[in-house]
Amino acid sequence: MNLQFARYTLANGMAVIVKENHHAQSVVIRGYVPGGSNLDPAAKAGLASFGASAMRRGNARRTYTEINEATESVAASVYVNAGRHMLGFGGKSLAEDFNLLVEIMADNLLVPIFPENEIEKLRGQIITDLQELEDDPRGLARRNFRRLLYGLEHPYGRSADGEPDTVPAISRHDILDYFRHLHPRHGAIVVVGDIAADNVFRILETAVGQWQPPHPPPDTSLPPVLPLAAAITHIQPMPNKSQVDLVLGSLGPERLAADFYPAYVGDTILGQLGLGGRIGQIVRDEQGMAYYARSSLQSGFGPAPWIVYAGVNPTAVDQAITLIRQEIRRFREEPVSAAELADAQSFLTGVMPLQMETNEGVAAVLTEMHMYELGDDFISRYPDIINAITPADIQAAAQKHLNEDTYALAVAGPYSQQTM
Amino acid sequence: MTENTVINYTLDNGLQVLLKPIRTAPVVSAWIWYRVGGRNEQAGQTGISHWVEHMMFKGTPTFPKGSIMLEVNRNGGVLNGFTSHDYTAYFEVLPADRLDLALRLESDRMANSVIDPAEVDSERTVIISEREGNENNPEWALHEEVMATAYRVHPYGHMVIGWKADLHNITRADLHRHYQMYYGPHNAVLIIVGDIDVAAVQARVAQLFGPVPRGPQPPPVNLAEPPQQSERRVVLRKPGTTAYFHAAYPTCTGADDDTFPLLMLESIMSGSSIGGAPTHRSARLYKALVETEIAAYAGAHFQPSIDRSPLHFVGTVRHGRTLAQFEAAIEQEIDRILNDPVSEAELAKVRKQTRAQFAYTIERVSSQAQWLGYMEMLGNWRMFDSFANNLAAVTAGQVQHVAQKYLRPSNRTTGWFEPVMEK
Repeated sequence: MNLQFARYTLANGMAVIVKENHHAQSVVIRGYVPGGSNLDPAAKAGLASFGASAMRRGNARRTYTEINEATESVAASVYVNAGRHMLGFGGKSLAEDFNLLVEIMADNLLVPIFPENEIEKLRGQIITDLQELEDDPRGLARRNFRRLLYGLEHPYGRSADGEPDTVPAISRHDILDYFRHLHPRHGAIVVVGDIAADNVFRILETAVGQWQPPHPPPDTSLPPVLPLAAAITHIQPMPNKSQVDLVLGSLGPERLAADFYPAYVGDTILGQLGLGGRIGQIVRDEQGMAYYARSSLQSGFGPAPWIVYAGVNPTAVDQAITLIRQEIRRFREEPVSAAELADAQSFLTGVMPLQMETNEGVAAVLTEMHMYELGDDFISRYPDIINAITPADIQAAAQKHLNEDTYALAVAGPYSQQTM
Repeated sequence: MTENTVINYTLDNGLQVLLKPIRTAPVVSAWIWYRVGGRNEQAGQTGISHWVEHMMFKGTPTFPKGSIMLEVNRNGGVLNGFTSHDYTAYFEVLPADRLDLALRLESDRMANSVIDPAEVDSERTVIISEREGNENNPEWALHEEVMATAYRVHPYGHMVIGWKADLHNITRADLHRHYQMYYGPHNAVLIIVGDIDVAAVQARVAQLFGPVPRGPQPPPVNLAEPPQQSERRVVLRKPGTTAYFHAAYPTCTGADDDTFPLLMLESIMSGSSIGGAPTHRSARLYKALVETEIAAYAGAHFQPSIDRSPLHFVGTVRHGRTLAQFEAAIEQEIDRILNDPVSEAELAKVRKQTRAQFAYTIERVSSQAQWLGYMEMLGNWRMFDSFANNLAAVTAGQVQHVAQKYLRPSNRTTGWFEPVMEK
């Protein structure tokens, strides 16, 4: 499989990547610049996310209401959001509305005005969302897991959405300050759809190429993360809930580390294939303890979490944890079988055409390729990368990153310390 | 065979087949729809259709336990199944040259699922766990209460997953009987959309599905809801942090002429639910409840069903506001649509939104197959092609007419979730 695309660099250093697809009537834009929640000061956790959302709430040309009316009248969508590393922006429309899509996207990016009343509306919604999280065992298990694994001092340990005591502390001044530190260098815009690449280059040069702030791009380097020295557990008792959610795991490899692909293929075997890999097979299919039990390897510039997660009946929590730890031990001690590896490899390479069926799917792949500098021939090399992984590679990655005795474990639900 | 044309035919055993060749990507999606769901369930057996769906992944003599999902994955494909009140659907999305696996799998488990007693026991706790995960969500709990209050007789009054007591009581014999009654080819529709050679697929479908014997004739669903005499209210007080609102107004059957005016009403209230792009922030409820800082979320939802489905008004009360304020604001918007005709500009906006959303939807072969199946379950797959035109033809007068017909206080069930501080 190959993927042909066109590339261009704007006057401000931003990369533009275009994949023409004339089979569909839509156009998708996906862009990013450095500036995610990793930049948030601890006392202002949630700032990047708040600030990114506020960028869509009014600009020099349109009020928030006018942005909504203009986009939704043609079923276009425009977003600005903050991930951990990047500010993301973009949208989607019919090809006939591409100019409007770019105009609003560029206005949000270059000339947002951050109206005071819109900031307060947004703040109220964020606080309501955080309040809802306090009643959501699955969300709490995930939040508490990050706190355990990274600590609140590390950006990865904090909630990207903020906390009930940090969001009220974020001022309009903080948001302006965050916005003023954004910089297009090292950023990119990917466009996929029914539109000619030359047109896209011309339109984006006019709309975004002039964004040339005088200051340097923000420093996005991450502090080091100390690996766990022992098992640490956090239990959040929620006696009135029906089900217990748990997350158990540790630090995975960085996206660009040599053992990322071995871990990625290994994770497919551990908790993805079929009904949730080995974890799903034992916890759900054989023991009937959970509706969901899987693993997940997240990826980022820093060491993202590698986790096993499940939702289980309160009476089965201890047993589920024991089974999960046994599976992690087996994953470390024994090489995966040739058959399991072959299944994972044929799945990961075979599923690529499905992932790239839509414009959104192609845009996601092109964005990842550019963000991590994976090379223009990444798609054609990908099967070789996956098929070169051996059982020994996976075992080495498992032994380095996962441990049945050294892990972070967050439990939330109708369960208490006494029973553990 | 022309691209983008649906080929519709029926095998001798009653299996309806819809094929649609689309060759823009080397991908194919195969779906099988059974005309069974929550609406076919008796008291004491709620949740049985969904449970049978789970058992369909537990194996046949040819595809033993554990192999069904794995076999599709190792061929670079994904699969799943879901159960609604009106139907149960299974699908595979695969690289185009692997379609045969989906055909072998679906023709096999149409007749040969084992439903092993030991597997029934282990799946019982999985499904109870699925239900308990839902119970953790206060909006789900409120939805369940509101539906059980709005529908006293008709099975739309229970959630598809079923009541917990029934999940403890249903037996292997019950599940097997349900499977045999409803999983015959005459009660199913096979839909294949994607990069296919039509003649070759037709031959293979005949070979694999043709020998499956026609099953018994499922009993009709004759349960009719008695007329509602007055408004019903339910208040759920449970530990929590946030207040939620949910009102349901039963409307018409999916085949009724009121369906498209109701879909237009839904779009005007809170954007179209077709998907592909959010359209709620310029709609009435967002402006009246979210922009005014009464709600963190407010929406109207209408999904046409075989029997009389409800129009829902739901929302999340914003931190510092009350359910009474939320309800008053919703009532004001309902009064507005009852009394003033919607503007031509609002109608035009929904028409354009619908056209764009359909364009987004058909980019994915599996979405096209899903739409064809959903429309066929409601009555006729051809409604997929005419859907946007039917919606575009709705007038302001029709919207006002359905509003006045259904959005009466005496036709409403109102639910509040009042959070109680946890001790």
